[in-house]
Amino acid sequence: MNRNAKLPETEEGTILFNTDPIVIRHHYEIDYIHSYAQDSPFFAGLAKKKLLGSKCEACGHIYATPRGHCMECGAATRWFELPQRGRVHTFTTCHFGSEAFLKETPFTLILVEFDGVDTLFMSRLIGVEPDEARIGMPVRARFVRNCKFRPTDVYFVPE
Amino acid sequence: MRPVYMISGGITKFAKAHPDKDFRLMVKEAFDYAMDDVPGLSRDLIDGSVCSYFSDHFTRQLKAGAMVQDYLGLCPMPSRRIEGGGATGGLCLQAAWEAVASGRMEVCIAFGFETMSRVNTWKGNEFIAHASDTNFDYPVGGFYTGYYAMMVHRHMHEFGTTVEQMARVAIKNHRNALFNPYAQSPAGLSIADVRSSPMVSTPLTILDCCQMSDGAAVAILASEAAAERLCNRPVRITGVGCGTDAMRMADRPHGRVILLPHESEEDYRDLKYPGVHSFRGGRTAAKLAYRMAGITNPVEELDFVELHDAYTSSEIQTYEDLGLCRYGKGGLFVDQGCPFMPDIDYGSDAPARGERCLPVNPSGGLLACGHPVGATGLMQAVFAFWQLQDTVGKHMGNETLRVRGAKRGLIHSHAGTGTYITVTILERA
Ligand SMILES: [Zn+2]
Repeated sequence: MNRNAKLPETEEGTILFNTDPIVIRHHYEIDYIHSYAQDSPFFAGLAKKKLLGSKCEACGHIYATPRGHCMECGAATRWFELPQRGRVHTFTTCHFGSEAFLKETPFTLILVEFDGVDTLFMSRLIGVEPDEARIGMPVRARFVRNCKFRPTDVYFVPE
Repeated sequence: MRPVYMISGGITKFAKAHPDKDFRLMVKEAFDYAMDDVPGLSRDLIDGSVCSYFSDHFTRQLKAGAMVQDYLGLCPMPSRRIEGGGATGGLCLQAAWEAVASGRMEVCIAFGFETMSRVNTWKGNEFIAHASDTNFDYPVGGFYTGYYAMMVHRHMHEFGTTVEQMARVAIKNHRNALFNPYAQSPAGLSIADVRSSPMVSTPLTILDCCQMSDGAAVAILASEAAAERLCNRPVRITGVGCGTDAMRMADRPHGRVILLPHESEEDYRDLKYPGVHSFRGGRTAAKLAYRMAGITNPVEELDFVELHDAYTSSEIQTYEDLGLCRYGKGGLFVDQGCPFMPDIDYGSDAPARGERCLPVNPSGGLLACGHPVGATGLMQAVFAFWQLQDTVGKHMGNETLRVRGAKRGLIHSHAGTGTYITVTILERA
C-alpha cells in the first residue's frame, strides 16, 4: 500500500461558459459501423448511376424510395430501375438548416414524382436560383462521379 | 376499462434556457405545483408514474426518467419512459390513462420535460432531424422546417392556402400568449412582422416556427374513486385516439380520405390522400377519440382545442385532420376568424369578428409557449384541465384566456412528419 498515492496532474483545462451555475463545454462524438443492410443495393446502384426503387409483385405497389417489404401488404419487394426523369412534387429552399448542413445553405429540397410510381423520392435540386423551383417542374437525375454511398450521390437538375 | 380523471397539473415557465435547473429540478417544480393543488394527495397514494422525454441527445443522459423518479421520491414504485418524437407528451398522457383505466393504478403521475438549451439551435435541429430516416432523408439536408415547408407548398398548391393565412395563426397564438405567464414568446404581431422575419425554409419564416425550449409539465390522473376523494373539480378523460404514418413523408400513399362521421365521399372526390399535405395519422387519432367520446360534429361539440402548432402551417393542416373544417378549408377557417378568442383584440391584421366559434390554442400553443418536446403534450393537458376546471384565473393570474362555459376540450400531440399523433378529449366531470 502507498499512502502517498497521487494522480498525475494534466494540463487539459475545461472550457467554462459560466460559473453560477457552472456551465461547461462537454464534447461527445461517435463513429458508427453502419450497415445499409437490405437497402444496400440502392447505394450500390448510385455508384452505377442507377436509381433503384422497389416493386411489390403481390399487390402492385411501386415505391420510389426503396423498402425491402411492402408496407401495403407485407410481401417482399423486388428491385427495379426508376426512370431518371420526373417532376417536382413539392419543394423548399432552406436558408437555415441542421448544423451539419448550415454551410451548404441556401439549398433546395424537393420530393420527386415519377410516372407510374406510387411514392416519392427526396433529393436536392441544383441549377435553380432559390425560388425558381416550381411544383410540376420537369427534373432529371444526375450522379456524382466519386460515389460516397450516400443518398446525395444522386441529385436533380431542371430539364 | 373504467373512467379516468385528471385531478391536477403543473408546469414550469417555458424559456429558451433554464441553466440554473436540470431536468430533475424542473419536473420537481411542476410536480410540487400539481401536488399543492390537491392537498389530499400524499405521496403514499401515488401508485406509479410514466415519464416523457424525447431525446437522449438533448438530455446528455440515457434513462433520465429514472433520475426524475428518484428525485421526486417515487422509488420504488413502478415507472417507465414513453418516447414518440413530438408526440411523446401526448403518448405519455395516454399511457397514464391506460394505467388507471386498466385498474393497474389508482393514481398515476405523467411527467415530462426537455432541456433543449444544452446545445445551440442548429445542433438542436440536427438532433431533431435524426428523427427522420437516417439512411434516406437526414443526409439529404435533414431539417424539420424544410420538411414542413415542402408540405405546406403542396397544401398551397392543392388548396390555395396563403402565407397571410399562416401569418394570422402566428398573430393569434403569440397574442394569446401575452396573457399566459408560462409562455416563452408572447408578442403582438402583424402579417408584415411575420413575413419580414428571417426566412428559414421557403415559405416558412422564423415566426412561422416554434422555438427550442427548456421546460417541464406534470399531469396527475386518477380513478373515479380516487378523484372523488382527492379533488373537488376533476376533469374526465372521455376519449383517446392515436394514429401513425410512414416515417418518410415520401412514402405517403395516395388513396381515399378517412372520413369522419360528419363527412361524405362526395366531399373529396378528387383529393389524393394524404399526400404530403395532410396527416392520415392525425385523422385516425381524431376518429378514434371522437368515437370513444361520442362526438359526431367536432366543431359544434368542442369548446376549445389545444393542438400541436409546431408550425403555423401545421396548425392549418391539423384543423382539417381534426375535422374542424373540410380538407382544404383550413386557411378559410382562419380567415373567418373561427379559431380566435372572442374577446381579444388581435390588431388590424386579424380577421373580422363575429365568426369566432372554436378557440384553438388559447394558451398560445407551441408557437408562443415554446416546445420543450417531452413536456409539450402534458402542457396541453394542464391548460385544458384548467379551462375545464374553470381555474384559468387562479393559475394564470388573469382571466383573459378563460373559455367561458368550457365543458369539453381536445388536445392533440404530433410527431415527425405525422408519424405518431394522439388526440385526447377531456370533459368537465
Ligand atoms: Zn404489396
